[in-house]
Amino acid sequence: MKLLNKHAVFEKNSILLLVGILIMVSIGGLVEIVPLFYLENTIEKVEGVRPYTPLELAGRNIYIREGCYTCHSQMIRSTRDEVERYGHYSLAAESMYDHPFLWGSKRNGPDLARVGNKYSDDWHREHLKAPSSVVPETIMPGYPFLAETKLAYENIGLDIKTNQMIGVPYTDEQVENAVEDLKAQLDENSDGYDAFMERYPSAQVRDFDGNPREITELDALIAYLQMLGTLVDFSIYDESENNR
Amino acid sequence: MTYQNNPPVVSRLSQSITTICLAVGIILALLIAGKTSSAAMQFHAFILIATFFAGIVALFNLGGRINDSNHKPSPSGVYYNNTIVKYGVIASCFWGLAGFIVGDVLAWELAFPVLNMDMPWTNFGRLRPLHTSAVIFAFGGNVLIATSFYVVQRTCKARLAGEIAPWFVFWGYQLFIVLAATGYLLGITQSKEYAEPEWYVDLWLTIVWVVYLLVFLGTIWRRKEPHIYVANWFYLAFIVTIAMLHLVNNATLPISLVEPKSYTLFAGVQDALTQWWYGHNAVGFFLTAGFLAIMYYFVPKRAERPIYSYRLSIVHFWSLIFLYIWAGPHHLHYTALPDWAQTLGMTFSVMLWMPSWGGMINGLMTLSGAWDKLRTDPVLKMLVVSVAFYGMSTFEGPLMSIKAVNGLSHYTDWTIGHVHSGALGWVAYVSFGALYCLTPWLWGRKGLYSLKLVNIHFWVSTVGILLYICAMWVSGIMQGLMWRAYTDLGFLEYSFVETVAAMQPYYIIRAIGGLLFIVGSLVMVYNLWRTILGHTAGEQSPENISKAIAAQALGE
Amino acid sequence: MTFQEISSFSQSWGAVFLMTMFIIAVAYALWPSNKEKFDNAAKSLLDEE
Repeated sequence: MKLLNKHAVFEKNSILLLVGILIMVSIGGLVEIVPLFYLENTIEKVEGVRPYTPLELAGRNIYIREGCYTCHSQMIRSTRDEVERYGHYSLAAESMYDHPFLWGSKRNGPDLARVGNKYSDDWHREHLKAPSSVVPETIMPGYPFLAETKLAYENIGLDIKTNQMIGVPYTDEQVENAVEDLKAQLDENSDGYDAFMERYPSAQVRDFDGNPREITELDALIAYLQMLGTLVDFSIYDESENNR
Repeated sequence: MTYQNNPPVVSRLSQSITTICLAVGIILALLIAGKTSSAAMQFHAFILIATFFAGIVALFNLGGRINDSNHKPSPSGVYYNNTIVKYGVIASCFWGLAGFIVGDVLAWELAFPVLNMDMPWTNFGRLRPLHTSAVIFAFGGNVLIATSFYVVQRTCKARLAGEIAPWFVFWGYQLFIVLAATGYLLGITQSKEYAEPEWYVDLWLTIVWVVYLLVFLGTIWRRKEPHIYVANWFYLAFIVTIAMLHLVNNATLPISLVEPKSYTLFAGVQDALTQWWYGHNAVGFFLTAGFLAIMYYFVPKRAERPIYSYRLSIVHFWSLIFLYIWAGPHHLHYTALPDWAQTLGMTFSVMLWMPSWGGMINGLMTLSGAWDKLRTDPVLKMLVVSVAFYGMSTFEGPLMSIKAVNGLSHYTDWTIGHVHSGALGWVAYVSFGALYCLTPWLWGRKGLYSLKLVNIHFWVSTVGILLYICAMWVSGIMQGLMWRAYTDLGFLEYSFVETVAAMQPYYIIRAIGGLLFIVGSLVMVYNLWRTILGHTAGEQSPENISKAIAAQALGE
Repeated sequence: MTFQEISSFSQSWGAVFLMTMFIIAVAYALWPSNKEKFDNAAKSLLDEE
């Protein structure tokens, strides 16, 4: 009995320590992170931000897979030089459907938050295949295999469905037609074009990789790059409404 | 409580339960292998099957070995589990070298992009997480597991809790590393820095980590004295906090139970803050609290003097863990994160300077009255210099968290230099010091094979570190200034690619610095290997040297 | 819950909480009756094998 009591003291001390540690380390996270979900002005109210099309989402997943985020940020800070170099500073609203966020932490290459429509598809094709062919001083590796790899899009419906489950406002129709929508974004003359444009009104439609015979990973990645930062029309955006 | 003084036994019951669990694991892995559309996940399933099968075989081998062998207790009568720590020492050396080499390959790729070879598995983007995970989790993690298993036994004067559980932690953790590393190369990543492994690998780590916590706590419960030595506080904070961070930051929803892809529950700004709350506290609790535990055990032990102030260590502990957890938002200055959160992060980061330096002073001052040992014992020199680097990078950190400074330093190599002054100078050096201490202790050798080689290791890698961080200071600050440079006419002076081209000389210097660091580590591994084999280089021991100095001083 | 409410709460009670925590930690460390326990802990490190 005496032994048992003594043992209880030992365990109590370590559990006390454990609880003390847990309390101490929970507070900071709770106070900082939780309000972000409840404070209304965390995310600005802007028009134009929409969920990714299936093709763009597939491209985004290739961007993630290849670790593009290790060298490219997607977050223009609110300093004079960044705004002049890259465009309007990034809004929280612009990444509100990004699971996960891709703000990045290092710029071995330039920021890509507003790279959409800055260069032609042609430029992107050449650049991704052999970056130094268009930018001689670049240190970016080449990605010639993207043009040669067929895009695996059989599961894209599951991707859209999962995003819907975690709060991205995809309609059931968008979930069901994910594969058709992916194909339709590559061909203006396809049967699914009209329905696709109805579901994603501002989407860009064309054959992005210049190879209409196949749907490649390059198609998806360029589709994603070409829409980055293009959703919000900053000529009508009112900053003063969203003072944080 | 006499159980800890009996020779260890593996019970049939726990053997059977573990076997059943592993068998269930094999069946689940078979199901995944059959159903998944991803070749990479199929490959992972086969790794799981092979490992679980090997685990079942090893389980019965372990039972036989432990139950039959003639264990010898320590002089105080405790049957310490040293074998697992030996495995940890070897694993640390292996993963350390692997992680350093991948890091240097990346450094050369940045200097000479042709080295990327334009293949998916050799390109910078996939190798970079391999490097960070290998050095932080594989090298650092193995050092922490090994030293914590050693320290908790000695300070509690009790055998490690469980016979199978510690081995499950060790091999389970190696499995986690292999799954994560091969996953990156095959393109499986969730892209959150230092939390790249996908959901099923995260799940596996969670199981391993819970068992780790139980083994650690179980050993503390076996202790003889009422007070828990402060090193164990730091280890406990590391284990518990990493568990919390891991669970929250990896909250994702997989698209299917047989596919590797998942989507994080949080999006955009919330996901960003969660990530950097995780990311900064991975630094705070994995790379700081855990390694401070090493400092609080190995520095006094090697210097043969009690810690400078035990009271200071208590204040150090509580203020460090309380302040660290707030610092994350300084990774998001001037971004779309609301200003109030940025300010909060900056304030706590600056305050963090104080407990950090309290800890540094405590470590350094432990040597007061014994500074001469630095001359004769290069291992102690390594430990002390690690604490000095800790002081340096914990001064630089708060400085860089100030918004105006961060505006310049963020997105540049300055951050990379800062991280490496902490990672190479503090984390790796304090680990090397611990490995140099542990190897002769565990294998029952009188001392290391060669102290001269320790000295060579120290100087070669110190030059490497200095080249590395100086190159990154220059390149980081230079690029930051070039990005914001204006011409007289008010236009931006440099295009982005001009600032990239200007970096090349510094990237080469950095890569050379990294190479020197690897050379130093190779010298260490050789030295430890010869120590394990029981060789001696026939040098004078530090005791002899100090005796000779004393004799000289006395005029003999 | 508005930003104003949160910030005024954290700026007042947060500071009090922080100071209290710090004082508790310092008091525990400096409490005279704990001195012997701490000295023993610091020294006992050196005598085990």
